[in-house]
Amino acid sequence: MALLNLHLKVWRQTGTQPGHFQDIEAPEIPDHASFLEMMDIVNERLIRAGQDPVAFDHDCREGICGMCSMTINGMAHGPERGTTTCQLHMRKFRTGDTIWVEPFRARAFPVVKDLMVDRSAFDRIMKAGGYVSVRTGAAPEANEIPVGKEIADAAMDAAACIGCGACVASCKNASAMLYVSAKAGQLNTLPQGHAEKDRRTLAMVRQMDAEGFGNCTNQYECEAACPKEISVRWIAKLNRDYAVASVKELVGAGRQQSQAGE
Amino acid sequence: MSSLQDSLSRFYASSIGKKLLVALSGLALIGFVLGHMIGNLLIFAGPDAINEYGHMLHTMGHGGLIWVARLGLLAAVVVHIVATIHLTRQNKAARKDAYGKEATRVASSASRIMIFSGLTILAFVIYHLLHFTVRVGNEYNNPALYTAMLDGQPVHNVYKMVIDGFSWAPASVFYIIAVALLCNHLSHGFASLFQTLGLATNKTWPLFQKAGHAFALLILIGNCSIPIAIWLFGYGR
Repeated sequence: MALLNLHLKVWRQTGTQPGHFQDIEAPEIPDHASFLEMMDIVNERLIRAGQDPVAFDHDCREGICGMCSMTINGMAHGPERGTTTCQLHMRKFRTGDTIWVEPFRARAFPVVKDLMVDRSAFDRIMKAGGYVSVRTGAAPEANEIPVGKEIADAAMDAAACIGCGACVASCKNASAMLYVSAKAGQLNTLPQGHAEKDRRTLAMVRQMDAEGFGNCTNQYECEAACPKEISVRWIAKLNRDYAVASVKELVGAGRQQSQAGE
Repeated sequence: MSSLQDSLSRFYASSIGKKLLVALSGLALIGFVLGHMIGNLLIFAGPDAINEYGHMLHTMGHGGLIWVARLGLLAAVVVHIVATIHLTRQNKAARKDAYGKEATRVASSASRIMIFSGLTILAFVIYHLLHFTVRVGNEYNNPALYTAMLDGQPVHNVYKMVIDGFSWAPASVFYIIAVALLCNHLSHGFASLFQTLGLATNKTWPLFQKAGHAFALLILIGNCSIPIAIWLFGYGR
C-alpha cells in the first residue's frame, strides 16, 4: 500500500450564498481508498481540527444507487469511464496531484451545501410521465405479454440509468436529455409502456424544459461521463418519439372520439 | 388562441421542437450549399457554360422560380438563426456558475464553436450577396461592361464578374476563411442533424459521421478551388 499526498481544491457553499474554493491538504491517503473514503478521511481531520466538514452525497457506495456525485477535475464522477465517484479509487491519482472537487453544476440542480445538490428536478420529470398506468390487484401472469428478447435487452440497457445526474453535470449546456431519453425510452420500448408513449414523451420533455435544463447540442459529453454508459442513441429515439407525438398532437390524432362526445 | 396555434407555440417553445426546426432548416441549407457549389464549378467549363447557367436561373418559370428559391432560403436562414440563438441563450442560462476546472472529453472543437462559425458565415453571406447578387460598390450591374452574347442574345456576363470579383485579394481571402468555417460548421452539423431528426442508430451513426466529414471536405475543396484558381493561379485573368 502506497500513501498519496494530495492537494484538494474543494468547493464550499451554503445554500444560495456565493461559494468559493477551499485549499485542503490531504496527506497520507492510502491508494486503495475510494474517492469517498478519501473524503471521509479529510472530513475526520477537519472535525478533529474543529472545522466544518465537507458535505457530500453518498449512500450505497457500490455504484448502483446514483446518490454520489462530485465533479472531479472537471469530470462528473472523475476520470474513469463507466464509474461512479464511490467506485473511483485513489490509485488512479499520483502523489502531489492537485484535485479539483466541485458539485454537479446546473441551474436546475441548486447547491444545498458544498458538494450536495438538489436533484429533485429529476423526480418531477419522472412524476410527469416516467411510469406505466396499471390496475392494482392480482399480479398479471408473467408471460401474458410477450416481449422480444432484443426489446427486453434494449429496455434493460436504458433502465441501467441510476439517475445520478452526471449527464447534466458533464453537458456543456447542462441538458438532461440523456436522463430523460433513458427513462422515457425504457418504457417507450416495452409493450407495457406503448399505450402511453405519446403522452409520456410530451409530458416528460415539457417538465424537463420547465425545470430549466439546457438543450442538447449532440456533443456526447454525457455518454462519456455516464457511469452506466447509457448510449446517446436513446436521445435520437426521444427526438423521434417527440416529433411523432407532436405531429399527432398538432393534427389531433386519437382525439376524435373524445371530441365527438363534447 | 386556437388549439392548433397552441400546439404550434408549445412545439416551438420546447427544446426538441426548436432543435427539429434547426435540423430541418440545416438540411435545406446543406442542399443549397451543394447545389450552389456544383453550379459555380461551371466557371471551369468556360464563359458560355456559367453564363447560360446564370441566365437559366434568372429566367426559370418566367423569372419567378428564383424568387421562390430566394424566399425559401431566406425562411430557412431565419429559422436556423433565430432558433439557434434562442437555444444558445437558454444553454448559457442553464449553467450560471462555471466550473472552476473545465474538462472536455469527447466534444469536437467544431461542435463548441457552432454559434461563432455560424454568425461569421452569416456575416459573409451578407457580404457575398452584396458583392455578387445586389452588386453594390462595384460595376457588375453596368450592362456596358458585363454583357456577354449567348446564342445571339445579350445575357449578364457572370464569368467576367466572378473573375473580376476574385481578382481582388481581400474578397478571395474572406471567401476562403468563410468556406473554411462553413466546412468546420458542417463537420458537426451534418451528422448532428440526423441525430436530432431521430434517424441515428448504432448502425447508421458511423455512416452519418463519415458522410458529414466527407461532405464538409467536398464543400471546402470545391468552393475554395474557384478563388484559388483565379486569385493565385490567374485563371481567366
